[in-house]
Amino acid sequence: MTGILQFMPAEVLPSRDAVLENQGIAPGTVVTKEIDALCRTAIDVLEATAVPVGVMEEISEDDFRGIYDGEGRNEPRTPVADVYMQADHLALFAVTLGKQPEAEIAKRFQSNDFALASMLDAAASAAADRLAGLAEHRYERNLRERGCVTETTGVLRYSPGYCGWDISGQKRLFAFVHPDRIGLILRDSFLMEPLKSVSGLIIAGLRNIHDRPDTYPFCDRCETHGCRKRFRALTK
Amino acid sequence: MAGLAEISEAVIRGDDEQVDRLTKQAIADEISAKNILDDGLIAGMGTVGERFKAHEIFLPDVLMAAKAMYAGMDNLRPLLIKEGVPSLGKIVIGTVQGDLHDIGKNLVAIMLKGAGFDVIDLGNDVAPESFVETAKEHGASIIGMSALLTTTMPVMKSVVECVEKEGLAGKVRTIVGGAPVSKDFAAQIGADAYGFDAANAVDRVKCLISEN
Repeated sequence: MTGILQFMPAEVLPSRDAVLENQGIAPGTVVTKEIDALCRTAIDVLEATAVPVGVMEEISEDDFRGIYDGEGRNEPRTPVADVYMQADHLALFAVTLGKQPEAEIAKRFQSNDFALASMLDAAASAAADRLAGLAEHRYERNLRERGCVTETTGVLRYSPGYCGWDISGQKRLFAFVHPDRIGLILRDSFLMEPLKSVSGLIIAGLRNIHDRPDTYPFCDRCETHGCRKRFRALTK
Repeated sequence: MAGLAEISEAVIRGDDEQVDRLTKQAIADEISAKNILDDGLIAGMGTVGERFKAHEIFLPDVLMAAKAMYAGMDNLRPLLIKEGVPSLGKIVIGTVQGDLHDIGKNLVAIMLKGAGFDVIDLGNDVAPESFVETAKEHGASIIGMSALLTTTMPVMKSVVECVEKEGLAGKVRTIVGGAPVSKDFAAQIGADAYGFDAANAVDRVKCLISEN
């Protein structure tokens, strides 16, 4: 699977709970009608301004090894390193919501509409994550159409900057995938522009290869242990 | 006659139209701008900050209150300048060079202004020299830096070194924050303080100012 992926804005819209969670409000919390209205407005603005798009390139294990090594700054042991060599299929991807949501956020801050600006930022972050999930599903669907998916297959994404895969890994990832085709660039500081973007590797293989214990040395510094949640979602 | 408690309550409710109306009324009633600021706007934001720290309200509540406070400040600003009312302190703030994430920095700036500080916001992608030059130019006593990338955190050290090189250590204090930043990192690079969130950053800045 190779090329540009198109998505509809409505596909990436996050749930109310996901947006509020990014504002530090736990799911299920009762909030005021003003906060609810802000959340609805933020999602509406996002739907009107996001232009979700992505690029994906399948890659062999050998080619990925060179990309993974990157600038030589990865932790000695990482989940990605432990998993990718057991994979059946690998694909690199990059997705973005485009420039407009950020412009809208900046506009709201400039007009002192801080609460909406912050809520819109939270909504866009949740949407970018959802978009990365859609890219993952798109790849899984493609593999299924090619007869490469069985009942025991698990497809999961991993990103530079997380779980010991140093953020500098993005440099070679970008050189392979060429996200400039969709207006996404990488700065020298490894910052993606537009900001509401996600890049990474999608690994397809036996579901259990993704089941890594959260006992890597860097797991102590992790506040979310989100990897366990993602694996649990995979097994549902 | 507009009561200062009424202004304070309107700030707490995040009612910007009411704050605008009440501050105009208070000015017309010849209440001093400093009183309106201290006992109306800042008092209201102070309550909001305390409730936020106590987890009684959420971030959007704080930001709606800040918008209301700004509505009042817009009315007071010319009078405060005319009356020569000093702020609690002057702070230069920005997201460091190489980084464009500015939401966290914006929240800190909003809350610092809400607490009565004079904030010079340099935006994002700010070079070390710009922080220091701006602090010198405006006589700021605090430099606040934000970073969301591990790759841009070293720029914070460059700013601290730049402060020292300019002979401003002790006169201009530094505070750092952002998702990958920690108290240990702040100590390691010689920063004077670390703020783990916007409300905490305001507390830390107040401490730095009182130490000065």
